[in-house]
Amino acid sequence: MSLEVNVEHTRGSFHLAARFAAQPGVTALFGRSGAGKSSLVDIVAGLVKPQRGRIVIDGQTLVDTDKGIFVPRHRRRVGYVFQDSRLFPHLSVRQNLVYGRWFSRGEGGVAGDFGSIVDLLGIGPLIERRPDSLSGGEKQRVAIGRALLAHPKMLLMDEPLASLDEQRRAEILPYIERLRDIGVPILYVSHSVAEVARLATTVVILNAGKVTAVGPVLDILPLADASDGGSVLDAVVTDHDDTFQLTRLTSPAGELQVPRLSAAAGATVRAYIRSRDVMLSLHRPQEISALNVLTGKVAQIAESGAQADVRLDCNGATLVARLTAKSVQRLALAPGRPVFAVIKSVSFERT
Amino acid sequence: MTAEEWTAVRLSLLVAVTAMAASLPPGIAIAWLLARGRFWGKSLLDTLVHLPLIMPPVVTGYLLLILFGKRGPIGEFLAQFGIVFAFRWTGAALACAVMGFPLMVRAIRLSIEAVDTRLESAAGTLGANPLWVFVTITLPLCLPGVIAGAILSFAKSMGEFGATITFVSNIPGETQTLPSAIYTFTQVPGGDAGALRLTAISVAISMIALLGSELLARRIGARRVAT
Repeated sequence: MSLEVNVEHTRGSFHLAARFAAQPGVTALFGRSGAGKSSLVDIVAGLVKPQRGRIVIDGQTLVDTDKGIFVPRHRRRVGYVFQDSRLFPHLSVRQNLVYGRWFSRGEGGVAGDFGSIVDLLGIGPLIERRPDSLSGGEKQRVAIGRALLAHPKMLLMDEPLASLDEQRRAEILPYIERLRDIGVPILYVSHSVAEVARLATTVVILNAGKVTAVGPVLDILPLADASDGGSVLDAVVTDHDDTFQLTRLTSPAGELQVPRLSAAAGATVRAYIRSRDVMLSLHRPQEISALNVLTGKVAQIAESGAQADVRLDCNGATLVARLTAKSVQRLALAPGRPVFAVIKSVSFERT
Repeated sequence: MTAEEWTAVRLSLLVAVTAMAASLPPGIAIAWLLARGRFWGKSLLDTLVHLPLIMPPVVTGYLLLILFGKRGPIGEFLAQFGIVFAFRWTGAALACAVMGFPLMVRAIRLSIEAVDTRLESAAGTLGANPLWVFVTITLPLCLPGVIAGAILSFAKSMGEFGATITFVSNIPGETQTLPSAIYTFTQVPGGDAGALRLTAISVAISMIALLGSELLARRIGARRVAT
């Protein structure tokens, strides 16, 4: 799967000018609300016709304003999962699920028969029910199934978890991870760093209608949001500590202890560490409550006013600590200086 | 009841059902255009559709006579294909259809406007072309409005008098509908009993139509919210 987008669109005073290419896997469109994420997905789906630009999926040109090409939405073969599931209220869950399959006649795109997709999403028991009797999380799973059964070339997901509470999110995320792991290409819109950190392969950062950064999640996510920055560590589950409900992770930066995860030993996970949760020390701290102490070297210091983001190189992995400018001066931090990074286990973002 | 009265009742039902059935397809099409279309002359179309509601029925009937009469431009043209409206029951149906059309279009248009366009765009992304979106999503969701519109048209047809009598006159057995027959009874001495009988039948038919539509709408509504 490949997706190339290069479009310009102006609506009112808002100007969208986005250009990016997505790799296989999950491409996250990340940005604050109002950054133009949903408009961009609507343009890819064909719900909005861009004023200028080009969109190509798998070598098929969907939009090319220079050549006058505009493929209508019903011939684009993209599965759209909306924030508000948009299930058809007059049809049963089963009829909703097979709606798109009937038009695609099961050709091409994401493979998967009715039974296996129903099993994958755990919606078997809901099949004869009416959409309005489903919970928010159930509706979203049916909406994902409905989009998949239309055999799309890729899935577009516009903040599919935004309207759900924390518990429902936790219920759906594993299903989306499963889709990613069986190779369904997904363009995923989100303003949640935690979701992006957990799901994305590639991140596209959108800010006021412009793409400000594109790249692999580990490189890009730390830049994601200036007000709430963080770093992402790829890690492997070592084992679980049932007495204290903790999980030990092995990461390139060192061992981490985090609140108990459901993932089995040996599974790969991602830890998202907020910059403001990282403390630095010049000596190895002793008799301290925090369980995680990583060693590293200062790579770069970016000061902005009273604050400074200190980028550490921990054995090749990047970790960012947000300190006051005063602390940077007191510790005489400078590139090359070895430091100890202290992270409380309870501060880990759970997604 | 006399045979003549029965004929009037049967004719009225035939005219009303024909008018309703014939105006349903164009009624839905125009309601959709007015609800979802964006085109030049939309307000003109809207005004045109509503015209029979505002004009005196006699004027509508007379306009129909001018256009669809034996010498009228449309009447003459259609006569070549054997379609004649003037002084036939089909003319009564045409007059009733025209008079009921604004009511029907209004009811259907409102219910189409109430259908969530986001559901329609979702159906589009699932591969349904605009016609299929209309047939599988819009039409089922606005069905209560379609039924209401059809019943309004039927009821209007059962009671239509002015345009019908002006366009196709009052010929027993051909164009004498219930209202025309009642009117005739009131014009002759001793016709009160017949007028009263037909009035009772008219009230009964209206109530049955209304009740039937209520039941139908409720059944559709129940199916939609059933778990």
